[in-house]
Amino acid sequence: VVRYVETVMGTTAGLTLPDETGDGRGPGLAAAVYRWLRRVDSVYSPFLPGSQISLLRDGGLRPADCDPDVRGVLALCEELRERTGGYFDAWAGGVLDPCGVVKGWSVETAGELLADRGVAAYSLNVGGDVRAAGRDWRIGITDPHRSGRVLTVVTGTDLAVATSGVTERGAHVLDPHTGRPATALAAVTLVGPSLTYADAYATAALAMGGPMGCQARRWLCDLPGYAGFAVTATGGVWWTPAFRAYAPDLPPPERAG
Amino acid sequence: MLKVALALAATATGLVLLLSYKTPDPTARSAPPPAVAAPRQSASPGPTAATSSRTVTGSSAGTPFGPVQVRITLVNGKLTDVTTLQHPDDRRRSVEINDEALPILRSEALKAQSSRIDEVSGATWTSDAYIRSLQSALDKARGG
Repeated sequence: VVRYVETVMGTTAGLTLPDETGDGRGPGLAAAVYRWLRRVDSVYSPFLPGSQISLLRDGGLRPADCDPDVRGVLALCEELRERTGGYFDAWAGGVLDPCGVVKGWSVETAGELLADRGVAAYSLNVGGDVRAAGRDWRIGITDPHRSGRVLTVVTGTDLAVATSGVTERGAHVLDPHTGRPATALAAVTLVGPSLTYADAYATAALAMGGPMGCQARRWLCDLPGYAGFAVTATGGVWWTPAFRAYAPDLPPPERAG
Repeated sequence: MLKVALALAATATGLVLLLSYKTPDPTARSAPPPAVAAPRQSASPGPTAATSSRTVTGSSAGTPFGPVQVRITLVNGKLTDVTTLQHPDDRRRSVEINDEALPILRSEALKAQSSRIDEVSGATWTSDAYIRSLQSALDKARGG
């Protein structure tokens, strides 16, 4: 087992390669992954004045002149806006900010990069968005309200886990329909096959909210292929029926908020 | 650039933890990382072997909410404990953040004792500062 940790995209990115060693392919694989993540940051960060996203937002660059993968991500944002009833909106604050999907998409793509190089088993965790494959993985979901507490553990051999929450960076997810911060839910975790969609759906569900997150809950219950787990602002917990398949250690159902 | 490489080797005696290394650009590096720190041959000292314990304090790393600083303890070259010396607590917001982040990351650093969880979903500002302070402590431990 070899594990790497670097700071990239303003957060911590940890890569675990269970079948590699620090003396073999590990360093080269890690270098490729972090090189990709740093490139994504330089191209997509809305905080870097020269990034293509900043130039697009400020009108200094036309979509047609962007890199092909940037155009692909912009198309993905549009697809996600439609899939989420407008709750995933890269233009929610009136300015272009695709952060709600770029992190998940870039980690998913890094996983494809590893698979292309014949790496079956890996886990990559960038700021709490996790893509893990190739062996039995256990991923803790933290309680946004209580000290160091892991609420439940998600297990699987090939899965994506994304959490969107107000504790990450303050109340930073806006309801695009009201323009106000979404406050009903403290955190939403999505589990499924692709981190691209898990990340975007978690952002959308947090924005949906509703009393105790009921609007998000209804939407997640009908969402094919993905399971949801949420902690409300008042400390309640709920999950969708599909979630139990990933989390055998779930607390008894009567704890559900 | 900050870089922590923890090479974990499960043996009969447990965990061998290689301390971190720094490199200006990992993309330019083709050689394997220098395995510099842990006395691997003495992972299982005999009953009469002397125990060497030392603590190293990391530098203070800034967050939007205040500084984070950690102290590490190494026994026979192995990381055995991480203590938080400083964390932002002057505002309710940052208390909430630290309540979550620090104990989780402490267990991250001491993965040998929390092997039932491979990763944690849910990150914070302080996680980055924690890693930076931990990195500096590991660097000092290696060089000192």
